[in-house]
Amino acid sequence: MKRGPLFWAQLSVTLLASLFLTVPIALTILTAFAANAFRGLSSGLTMDWIGKVLNVYGETILRSFYLALAALAVCIFCGVPVAYAFVRFTRCRLSALLEESLVLPLSVPGIAVGLGILLFWGTVNWFRHSWLFILAGHVIYCLPFMVRSVTAVLRVAPLDVQEEAARTMGASFWGRFFGIVVPAASPGVIAGSLQVLTLSMGEFNISWMLQTPFTRTLPVGLADSYASMRLEIGAAYTVVFFALIVPLLIFTQKIPALVDRLRHGRDSGRAKIKG
Amino acid sequence: MTNKTLTGLLFVPALTIFSAFFLLPLARLAAESVDGPRGMAIYAQIITNHRYFRSLQDTVVISVLVTLASVAVGGAAGLFLGRNVFKGRDFLVALLTLPISFPGVVVGFMIIELAGRQGLIGSLTDNILGTKVVFAYSALGLFTGYLYFSVPRVVATAMATAGKLDQSLEEAARVLGASPWRVLIDVTIPGLLPALISTGAICFATSIGAFGTAFTLATDINVLPIIIYTEFTLSANIVSAAMLSLVLGVVTWLALFLARLVTGTALTGSSA
Repeated sequence: MKRGPLFWAQLSVTLLASLFLTVPIALTILTAFAANAFRGLSSGLTMDWIGKVLNVYGETILRSFYLALAALAVCIFCGVPVAYAFVRFTRCRLSALLEESLVLPLSVPGIAVGLGILLFWGTVNWFRHSWLFILAGHVIYCLPFMVRSVTAVLRVAPLDVQEEAARTMGASFWGRFFGIVVPAASPGVIAGSLQVLTLSMGEFNISWMLQTPFTRTLPVGLADSYASMRLEIGAAYTVVFFALIVPLLIFTQKIPALVDRLRHGRDSGRAKIKG
Repeated sequence: MTNKTLTGLLFVPALTIFSAFFLLPLARLAAESVDGPRGMAIYAQIITNHRYFRSLQDTVVISVLVTLASVAVGGAAGLFLGRNVFKGRDFLVALLTLPISFPGVVVGFMIIELAGRQGLIGSLTDNILGTKVVFAYSALGLFTGYLYFSVPRVVATAMATAGKLDQSLEEAARVLGASPWRVLIDVTIPGLLPALISTGAICFATSIGAFGTAFTLATDINVLPIIIYTEFTLSANIVSAAMLSLVLGVVTWLALFLARLVTGTALTGSSA
């Protein structure tokens, strides 16, 4: 095809957009390793800022990490069963309504969800001051992604046939749930898990509303460093955050191909048994 | 227990969490908002209180502008990447979609790096023009920040949709003698429209509820999420904070609902 002006216009927009998105990231990385951001790279490179961040904010990094894992555990524990129930009760009105409602937290701004949790649960003292308080907010915000991802996978899985076969061979309800449903859901669980981890690690709005000095997460610490520390420290902290989150994002981008391979692997396995 | 009861039991964990940490807190928010001396009349404040009304206006205007700009930019880039195969394409796609889940605070910092007091644009203009251009902390800075987290979302959606569109329609238009621009305007864009409307609605919803970016930039225009935060923390005005939270929630939900009505697909926002 001939490359007309339209092609070049689109190409320029694409390149400008990627510059717009990447230049600030590059600047942040430069600032994080420059001895003095104001004088730029000529001032020399240093790891001091990263070291300082780990020193001052190390706790928030670890906390976010554990919190993300805990949120993931709760999301799997609640999300997989409910996703299966949604698929089983597809024709039930009430179930459809519930499925709709469960994603509502994504249409309500985080600051409002945070305020609601604070007003309702803020008086329960032990809870208010524990990390579980933040966890509650994260779970509400992350659960829809797990449920959506697992429901999508289960909707297209041949559950009816397999469950019927297992039942006639005497498998119990829980036997079927753990032997058939959970394995069938696994590609959805993997995709959903990556989303949950990424979202929980980066969640700010709810965490900021719910924080106490002892429950600060990485993004809460980031906001604090941006407001009160020199630019280099903010940048170094951001780079640490990138180092944690970018691998997750790259995995997420590769997920469709990965799931495909998983599915094919299973199909070929099945073919072998049949043959 | 029958299978049906057992399956019903599977609803329990998720519903417990959902009720405890979403439904009940929202109900409390609603109850709290009408708990003041004014009762329901508090909701009139969104119009009568000058500061609130101004903030609502600013928030909606900036969100609309960001939505239009990111749909235009992201739509063009997404269409381009969805239709052309070239060396380095995958790399460009990765670059353009990577910031998709950067939190709002980080996006705020990106804008400070770009256009803040020690930012790139500032030092470039200082060297070239002799005056330092700093716009990170103005309405333009906020706009740029919102654009930063909106564009990747539109790119991802437009790219996926462009790949799925039936290209034979465009081919037919071309064979019948339509110019590339005509094909774009009459065939390609209408094909992309439902996807663009839904991703646009998500951008709007995200921008309207965005807190982290405005918080980091500490801009001179007060968007609604910032007003809610200051009403609650600085003025301990829980009634107004709860009322404004609900107004914000309803506006967001309404935007997503309308887009869904138009396009017929389920949408959910995300937070920044």
